[in-house]
Amino acid sequence: MLQFLHQNQIINEARLPADLTVLDYLRESQSLCGTKEGCASGDCGACTVVIGELVQDAEGNETIRYRSANSCITFVGALHGKQLITVDELTQKTNPPSDTVTGLHPSQRVIVEHHASQCGFCTPGFVMSLFAAMKTAKDVPVSREYINEQLGGNLCRCTGYRPIIDAAEKLLNCGDIVDQFDHNAGDTIQALRGIADNSVETGSGFFRPVSLDQLYLLKQQHPDAAVLGGGTDLALRVTQQLDSLESVIMLDGVAALSFVTQTSDEIRIGAGTSLTGFRDALVHYCPELDPLLARFAGTQVRNQATVGGNFANASPVGDLPPVFIALNASLVLASARGERTVKVHEFFVSYKETLLQPDEIIREFMIPLAAFDVSLLPSGDNGIRIVNRFYKVSKRIDDDISAVCAAFHLQLSGNTVVAASTGFGGMAAIPKRAQALEATLAGRVLDEQCLLDAVVALTRDFQPIDDVRATAEYRSKVSANLLHRLAAEIYTPDVATTVESHGH
Amino acid sequence: MGTSEHESAVKHVCGAAPYVDDTVDATYRHIAIGGSEIAHGQITRIDLSDVVASDGVVDVITSDDIPGHVDIGPVFKGDPLLTSTEIEFYGQAIFAVLADTRVQARKAIRKARIEYSKSVPVLELKEAIAKKLYVRPPHRMQRGDAIGALNDATNSPGIHTLSGEMRVGGQEHFYLEGQVATATPDEDNGVHVVSSNQNPTEAQKLVAEVLGLSMKDVLLETRRLGGGFGGKETQANACCCFAALFALRNQCKTVCRLSRRDDMIITGKRHEFINEYEVAFSDDGAINAVKYQLAGNCGSSPDLSDAIVDRAMFHCDNAYYYPNALIDGLRCKTHTVSNTAFRGFGGPQGMIASETVMDEIAFALQMDPLDVRKRNFYSDEGTDITPYYQVVTDFTVPRMVDSLEKSSGYRSRRDAIREYNRANHILKKGIALTPVKFGISFTATHLNQAGALLHLYTDGTVHLNHGGTEMGQGLFTKVAQVVSTELGVPLASIKISSTRTDKVPNTSATAASSGSDLNGMAALLAARKIKSRLTEFLLAEHNCTAQEIEFGAEGVRIANEEALSWQELATAAWVARISLSATGFYKTPDIYYDRENARGRPFLYYANGAAVSEVLIDTLTGELKLLRTDVIHDVGSSINEAIDIGQVEGGFIQGVGWLTTEELKWNTEGRLLTDGPATYKIPAIGDAPAEFNVELLADCPNPAPTVIRSKAVGEPPLMLAFSVWCAIRDAIAATGDYKVFPKLNAPATAEEILRCVDEVKAS
Repeated sequence: MLQFLHQNQIINEARLPADLTVLDYLRESQSLCGTKEGCASGDCGACTVVIGELVQDAEGNETIRYRSANSCITFVGALHGKQLITVDELTQKTNPPSDTVTGLHPSQRVIVEHHASQCGFCTPGFVMSLFAAMKTAKDVPVSREYINEQLGGNLCRCTGYRPIIDAAEKLLNCGDIVDQFDHNAGDTIQALRGIADNSVETGSGFFRPVSLDQLYLLKQQHPDAAVLGGGTDLALRVTQQLDSLESVIMLDGVAALSFVTQTSDEIRIGAGTSLTGFRDALVHYCPELDPLLARFAGTQVRNQATVGGNFANASPVGDLPPVFIALNASLVLASARGERTVKVHEFFVSYKETLLQPDEIIREFMIPLAAFDVSLLPSGDNGIRIVNRFYKVSKRIDDDISAVCAAFHLQLSGNTVVAASTGFGGMAAIPKRAQALEATLAGRVLDEQCLLDAVVALTRDFQPIDDVRATAEYRSKVSANLLHRLAAEIYTPDVATTVESHGH
Repeated sequence: MGTSEHESAVKHVCGAAPYVDDTVDATYRHIAIGGSEIAHGQITRIDLSDVVASDGVVDVITSDDIPGHVDIGPVFKGDPLLTSTEIEFYGQAIFAVLADTRVQARKAIRKARIEYSKSVPVLELKEAIAKKLYVRPPHRMQRGDAIGALNDATNSPGIHTLSGEMRVGGQEHFYLEGQVATATPDEDNGVHVVSSNQNPTEAQKLVAEVLGLSMKDVLLETRRLGGGFGGKETQANACCCFAALFALRNQCKTVCRLSRRDDMIITGKRHEFINEYEVAFSDDGAINAVKYQLAGNCGSSPDLSDAIVDRAMFHCDNAYYYPNALIDGLRCKTHTVSNTAFRGFGGPQGMIASETVMDEIAFALQMDPLDVRKRNFYSDEGTDITPYYQVVTDFTVPRMVDSLEKSSGYRSRRDAIREYNRANHILKKGIALTPVKFGISFTATHLNQAGALLHLYTDGTVHLNHGGTEMGQGLFTKVAQVVSTELGVPLASIKISSTRTDKVPNTSATAASSGSDLNGMAALLAARKIKSRLTEFLLAEHNCTAQEIEFGAEGVRIANEEALSWQELATAAWVARISLSATGFYKTPDIYYDRENARGRPFLYYANGAAVSEVLIDTLTGELKLLRTDVIHDVGSSINEAIDIGQVEGGFIQGVGWLTTEELKWNTEGRLLTDGPATYKIPAIGDAPAEFNVELLADCPNPAPTVIRSKAVGEPPLMLAFSVWCAIRDAIAATGDYKVFPKLNAPATAEEILRCVDEVKAS
């Protein structure tokens, strides 16, 4: 039995298809049409809803964490044990009911006050992203960058965004707002607690295990079942290719897959960790990674998508694999048969093919702490300086897929590169190390000659292709030019090197 | 007149404003359209047996099943609803399916087995130009002797010439609500179609023709569109026809809603253009002669392309006087989806040629491009005539440009940018200030008409209907404000209902920025009729003069007498058997155009604006950031400043998208590759300028007799985005120390910027 909280009711659904999206459930099964379909591919945000989840805060108290999601690429199974909030629920129903203006939620009212809707079709999605931003914003005043990040997954074709930005600034800077969801928090927590966090099997091909053992067993029994992490890629098979998913094993219930912890020499990251969770945790270790993660899809996708999913789908243009490759990370593949650890750069075999066997799942990743902390290098400190750089080049800054993604981990002694490891996305059929480049850089100062040699080395590493995002020529040129950016950042750190970092 | 919020704003934020698909429930059946998988050739065999047998399929049709007209071309033939033989573009509709559910219909489509005899498609505009493949004959506009002047220029001291070519890409509308229509059978074999549509009357006519019905049998209704931008002027009609056809064949409710992918593949877009130019100019930058060839890629059929390429020709002067001009417009045919209306309607594609020329002259003379622009502005008698012989009057561009130059600190910032660029080798900044002059009126004169219907009820409230459609631009709000002001009733007492062909007939598309000019005036005239009847009634009942009667929000005041509320007044007039319902009809005065001789006054007036933008580019990757934009725009006396500013900002950003990140790509087979938002990138929130200052030109009522002396605002601001495109060129030029003219095309994607940077560096 699938159970979730919606409009203050516990909803029990026994036989929903495994591949039913939340959007279709709302619009077609429930006739709740406030949530709009703009693209059905998670790229426009018109269908944004907010999912509330029981978590423990820093003091260990139970609290509800609200995060936005694209309902068009979220399967209903993902709602189990959670609270679903849609735009239809934001307005406080007043008596008499005609007086809607006074019943508007603050995230709705700011849009009206700032003339931030025109055709109105994207508006419910913006309202929900604003609502989520309001629930998660920490620092006041919020920056324009924060607003861009929170709303970067919502497209508006009418307004040019200025009034929406103004509305967001107003909403997010007006201090603590207590709304009906805060008032009801006690009841909501109670209700969510009441939903047993047990394994779910709907009888319509949907499995939600809650332990690793259950998961391994299910995967062994149903090797063809689709493994559902955040589903932000998998759901496209349903909404775009019109495939039916006969059976789905959802990872969301397996708490043992969702963690970020530190051991003496590694950061361990559970494969089920959301990109948002990963980002929140990694910023402490590697702030250089944050700008890339801020531009990784949109907020709604980052909230849903998992670290493991970015590897399991084996896309040549995922942004995490190059990073993990450059940082010399490993991953654990596990099944009922046992587990094995492989280097991330060995995981990808050929286009869309990995080492993952049908009965296996990706359980976790390990990034050596030495990737960030010189004192942990096997060689010891020795005056070594670590430089990590992660570059994403795409047609649009927000919510776009990389034409080229380049990750560099360099160890420098003075101005000399002692060791280099790299990872590239968009340059080959798989995310890949640039071994010739690494060999060329090692032991050298990144001077003119070295960079010339490096560019030649890159042509040995990669023969990129033309596709919809970029030509092969552009990819070659940019990957080479990024070495110049890298050198500039190492040797002239005060010079702004990216349009994003530029302050004016 | 104020800043009232959009009439649906509260409903928008609550998700309570119904769009067409929101009304679809389980009683509707769903349509999907099966398209060609080649770009050009002949169908040799259609086997739909598996489609018919597919789960949930109720009905399948091909061209043979269309009872009436097959062609739904809006002006000229060439757009079969379903094709039976010839394939002209990838995705062209061949058959359609009705099924119980949306997914069943879409899955069934994939089971068709269609065989073709393939021909080699012409996909590139260049090839179509070279082969003289046209959907309509070329058209020429000329004034003076451009050829003579260009020939003489080579021997004249102090006169220079230059020539060049630039390409500007097309643009996908990407309205957030995709194409959709529903149909419900009506009695007497009629049909009620609800559509997200900018042109209900045309859809009504085409549905009638396709079904072999009369227009009286077809009711078209549009309450609101989730974005139109020109993409639902003709492109919404096919969904209406399919929905109606299946509804009547099967006597059931139907919905035809395209998936985003289908929408992007099978509906038309903004025309790509290749513009060639030759210019003669003097030492001070003054243009003596221009010769333009503007070649639009119309795709496979004429659609609206004749008027679109004409509008490109009408706007390749922008704000500049050409003593001698020769302008050729080509309507090129390729085997791609037929291109259509898109905000600006060809105007932007023509205008970008003039802005390219201004920049290139500036480079040739090492002048500030702004000075070249100013040197060429339309001015006094003798330098106020367009290439189509309309006299430019009340030209607010110079005034706005001067004001903007000062308020934005253009000159000092330009110096500071040069300084910055000398010190920075990776990042470069650029700045540009560009004007816009855009002609307002449909250039097909007969379309400049509109109707409205107004009822005053006995409780003093008003029902208003007009032929315009609400697509987010705030038309309903503005027209209600006009009526409120004219009649005196408070805005809250006025309800505008959905646009319906049975209320106001024979309307024009809501297009050409004309919505509030035309419909606002029609509604104003209707309100005036009611008001005059009420005045006559009051004069007869009360012993007073017309001057002593004052209408207001509370009702009517008559000197020395008790005021009457609107309810009391309306009721009293009703008892006295006064008609409280009126129609208003408006046709734009004083416009005419002789196309054969390319002379006349096609536009009632010009809408103007100016913008200055500063950009930052990364010369290693071509990445771009828009740092600051300042705009002054002339909307005459604004009916609603908040709505007008919204149009200015939204149009500007849509133009920025067209000129930067929005790139359409096809493969060599003619299949569109950028068929979703994952690959086709419209501006996101981070693409809005870091600093954005928008101002409406103050105290400048429209000298033309428009409603409230306002000016149209829908399209013109899109072209303010040339300030960004020209600023990018300025930034690129820094990599060649401003010696080399960067031959930048549009869209200036990161890839195009980098290509251009490398080209400048190499020369």
